Amino acid sequence: MSRRFLRMAALGAALVLVAGACASEDEGSSDTTEASGADSSGSEITACQVTDTGGVDDRSFNQTANDGLVQAEDELGVQGKVLESSSEADFEPNIKAFVDQGCDLIIPVGFLLDGATQASAQENPDQKYAIVDVDFFDADAGEDISYDNVEELTFATDQAAFLAGYLAAGTSTTGKVGTYGGINIPTVTIFMDGYLAGVQQYNADNGTDVEVLGWDGSDGLFTGDFEDQDKGKQTTKSLIDEGADVIMPVAGPVGLGSVEAANEADGVKLVWVDTDGCISVPDACDLFLTSVQKKMDVAVFDSIKSVVDDDFKAGLYTGTLENDGVGIPEMGSDIPEDLAKKVDEYKAAIISGDQSVTPS
Amino acid sequence: MTVDDTSDGRAPDPGEHPDAGGTTQQESPTPPFWRRAFDSLKVPVLAVFSALVVGALLIMFTDEDVLYAWARFFNDPLRALERSATTVWEAYSALLDGAVGSPAAISESLLRATPLILAGLAVAFAFKAALFNIGANGQMIMGAMFAAWAGFSLDIPGPLVILASLVVGTLAGAVWGGIAGVLKATTGAHEVITTIMLNFIAGFLLAYALTTDAFLPSGTGNPVSKPILDQARLPRFISGERVDLGIFLALGAVLLIWWVLERSTFGFQVKAVGLNPHAARYAGMKVATITALTMAIAGGLAGLGGATIPIGPTGTLTAGIIGFLGFDAIAVALLGKSNPFGVLAAGLLFGALNAGAVTMQAETQIPVDIVIVIQALIILFVAAPALVRAIYRVRTGDAESPLFTSSWGSG
Repeated sequence: MSRRFLRMAALGAALVLVAGACASEDEGSSDTTEASGADSSGSEITACQVTDTGGVDDRSFNQTANDGLVQAEDELGVQGKVLESSSEADFEPNIKAFVDQGCDLIIPVGFLLDGATQASAQENPDQKYAIVDVDFFDADAGEDISYDNVEELTFATDQAAFLAGYLAAGTSTTGKVGTYGGINIPTVTIFMDGYLAGVQQYNADNGTDVEVLGWDGSDGLFTGDFEDQDKGKQTTKSLIDEGADVIMPVAGPVGLGSVEAANEADGVKLVWVDTDGCISVPDACDLFLTSVQKKMDVAVFDSIKSVVDDDFKAGLYTGTLENDGVGIPEMGSDIPEDLAKKVDEYKAAIISGDQSVTPS
Repeated sequence: MTVDDTSDGRAPDPGEHPDAGGTTQQESPTPPFWRRAFDSLKVPVLAVFSALVVGALLIMFTDEDVLYAWARFFNDPLRALERSATTVWEAYSALLDGAVGSPAAISESLLRATPLILAGLAVAFAFKAALFNIGANGQMIMGAMFAAWAGFSLDIPGPLVILASLVVGTLAGAVWGGIAGVLKATTGAHEVITTIMLNFIAGFLLAYALTTDAFLPSGTGNPVSKPILDQARLPRFISGERVDLGIFLALGAVLLIWWVLERSTFGFQVKAVGLNPHAARYAGMKVATITALTMAIAGGLAGLGGATIPIGPTGTLTAGIIGFLGFDAIAVALLGKSNPFGVLAAGLLFGALNAGAVTMQAETQIPVDIVIVIQALIILFVAAPALVRAIYRVRTGDAESPLFTSSWGSG
């Protein structure tokens, strides 16, 4: 009985679908024109993001870049579109789909899209692109390259990480601080370099000997991906076991594993990266000493705004402390006043170019 | 339920094909060809249809407009139905359009089908010997890695370097599959376990290779290999479209594997070992050698499939280049019922779905994940023919073969 019912229901549903589909075909197409008509009345600009294989909800750079797009939709009235890449074979067709749709600005995210973006940019010189986290480089010629129609959005995160490292060294009671990354790639290790340089500067200023576990300037601890939070938890635990009491995970959502490990331990603080930890992981706000903000959302927003204002600038954009493309959130009352003052001085010194953020 | 139904609640029937049907449990005389073809197509076709229906429901109920219309169902029932139908219609017509709607779409579908067909054959061929090759992913990774290496480092004329890349990739895959085969043949280590482990090893080997100077261009540091030399890329035969000669390699492999299985002594031995290794041994066949060789050939097919990617569409080697293609290949082999032509059809279908997904997402902003769900549902329905039978009240001509269970039991 029930099976017969199921069968009838399935058949019925199928019929409704087919009938409905046929009946509403015209309706459907008029709906779409209506929709696009409504959009163009707000602004004629479309901004189109292509994610890498992480997807738009990766709680990492694809998502942060998307925040900038959403903000632009809200504030500038642009039409935002997103294509997620489910595999690397999708990169080229996704970018091409947006070119064909006449997007005003295409925003590919991440170094994996480097090649596909360059190819598309060469083929379509009138199409504008803003690629996140990539600085084009011609390995054969050994020189930097750029295109007239591509803005390369990069970030000097070592500047902000320097300040976080200085703070970490200044608040550590065990004399050991730690860090680890997701994968050993330049966009990750630049955080660790700055952090290490900050700790070294603190040691030089105060005659202390605070040690950095997990990064020595060329090699260190990596979990191997940007997904497995369990590995983040284990890695953090082993850093805690070795005596580190301030830890900076540079691994996107893997850092949530560190939050768990720090929750279970006593007196361990974390340095969150990419976003302000107190905003993206509000439950764990108490655990965060500070955050190294890499404001990809701001850069993406600004890039879209430049297209809206007809003021698009191709070439390299670098987010720095100076232009507020990177930074740390305002320091709270838990930071000793002297230390906070010192950090502010270094911020000024980095901006003026007097302070190097490269570890020695 | 009939008696027939209860006996079907078992594992799917990957190795079944029309010829073997006569040797198992069917006592009736072999029905005519068209009848057998029709019977064996019933479950896959109904499975695809069912998956599309469930996919349609998912599309409807993840769409905000549709949900809103349904929330106001009692005010305006027609509107709810109409919005649902429109949304599904738009999604599926974009999917179809992106799959076969234009020369560019067909090119993209063929391009994506290429590695799926080759790796699907790798899984299907192993099924014939009752070996469950879960290692296609690792074999593809090895194939891609070595083919890419040959493609950017061998400075020899065009056709030769392409040939060298393909051969090196195939061999790398064959070695990777062969390891599992030899382990099974000599120590009895189960191929399911060993191939899964070999997948991990291949993945990490690739990750390691992408930190070495042999693979990376100097000065960048990102794990993206040196670009494959232009003369080492598989030639494209339609100007402006991405599809390349790889699809003909896949077609050739389908014919070759069909010939091996249906016309050669070795193929007969493979199938004999698959149906009953004890009987095969009693008949004088070298079961261990055949097992090892089967896995090596399967690995070679997957390796060739992996090789076509870096020297074809992508032009570089990255850590995620294979993704989960090797696991999709298992689905392709299941849907294709381990028949080489079935694998071809299933590979083309999955390639078309993957290509269409891009267009569907671009035009309707429906996430590509829906297509992945549809693919998974197809497999679910194929793997549970009893479900299909129960829903559609059809009899299917599938005679049960003990392939899966014997693979687990025979160790």
